[in-house]
Amino acid sequence: MKYTWIIGLMLLISCKDATEKEKVAEVKQTEGTEVILEIFDFDGLQKFLRTTDDKTYVVNFWATWCAPCIKELPYFEKLNKEYSDNVEVILVSLDFPSKYETKLKPYIKNKNLQSKVIALNDVDSNSWIPKVDESWTGAIPATVIFNKDKRKFYEKSFNYDELETEVKRFLK
Amino acid sequence: MKNTLKTFFALLTIVALSSFTYLGGGHGYHIGDVATDFELENIDGKTVSLSDYKSAKGFIVVFTCNTCPYAVAYEDRIEALNKKYAELGYPVIAVMPNNTEVKPGDSMKAMKARAKAKGFTFPYLMDEDQKIYPQYGATKTPHIYLLQKTNKGNIVKYIGAIDDNYQDASAVTKKYVEDAVDALLSGKEIEEKQTRAIGCSIKV
Repeated sequence: MKYTWIIGLMLLISCKDATEKEKVAEVKQTEGTEVILEIFDFDGLQKFLRTTDDKTYVVNFWATWCAPCIKELPYFEKLNKEYSDNVEVILVSLDFPSKYETKLKPYIKNKNLQSKVIALNDVDSNSWIPKVDESWTGAIPATVIFNKDKRKFYEKSFNYDELETEVKRFLK
Repeated sequence: MKNTLKTFFALLTIVALSSFTYLGGGHGYHIGDVATDFELENIDGKTVSLSDYKSAKGFIVVFTCNTCPYAVAYEDRIEALNKKYAELGYPVIAVMPNNTEVKPGDSMKAMKARAKAKGFTFPYLMDEDQKIYPQYGATKTPHIYLLQKTNKGNIVKYIGAIDDNYQDASAVTKKYVEDAVDALLSGKEIEEKQTRAIGCSIKV
């Protein structure tokens, strides 16, 4: 009899848990209709840093607070548009998680960014920076251009001509 | 023809060598190099040099600024480093490397205001001619160079980040700079001599 009580209580608690979880998911979905932002740690990001298909990928590390990043962002957007057949631009935001809602998402929306934007949230940068490229000191903006045959890393700012010239070297 | 070829190969060698240096990240100091002293203006209007610190055992040189969110996230931790290590012989020397025309928020006036607001107890210097940070090889803020004073000069002992969590000081698992200074103080080998962290590129 005593045990029935406890089991009953446990069931009650777990039921309550389940309904709460559903609610949370619902809320997230309605928020997500505005700007959907995928957030990854470095393990999750790795799949965006290599490829087996025939496209050339341009992965740019940036943040809304980084002035030189913001300055060059239109060039990446232009590249993504003009070479949409065989080039894909991925903008990896390093904005702080506390700014996703207040800075990053509004920025993506206001600028109507067409390139894929994802966020990297991984504080242990000492372990992942060299995995992006051994020569990267950690300053942004930084960019990786790669296809299935080769890759190159740039710890610098681009103008459109420079960016296009570099990307053309990857296109056959 | 022979001469043309010679010139061509000489040029080729130069190009190859210079690009190699670039790829090798050959800019700035490596561990074991002697770091240059400097004479830079502090927020109190006086100039500061490393040689002013007669009794120091070394220095925690921090390239930092007002305007970079990463640098801001570390302000209190930089102050804590100075509080802990200045009296043990390793004061913090902060240097602001940005071009203030590009970043007016890093002007001397703004530096003074920030130092006052945060109660910085360390010198906050401006690399006005932007000649010191390239010699060190700093590329971003914050960027730390731990120096140990020896008969040969100030030797670079550690380069990199302050710790392994810029977002949350209470969640730090590795205090790189503290571990390095502690090692120097106890005469031990520094375990991690170089680390990397995301930071804001220095504005030129």
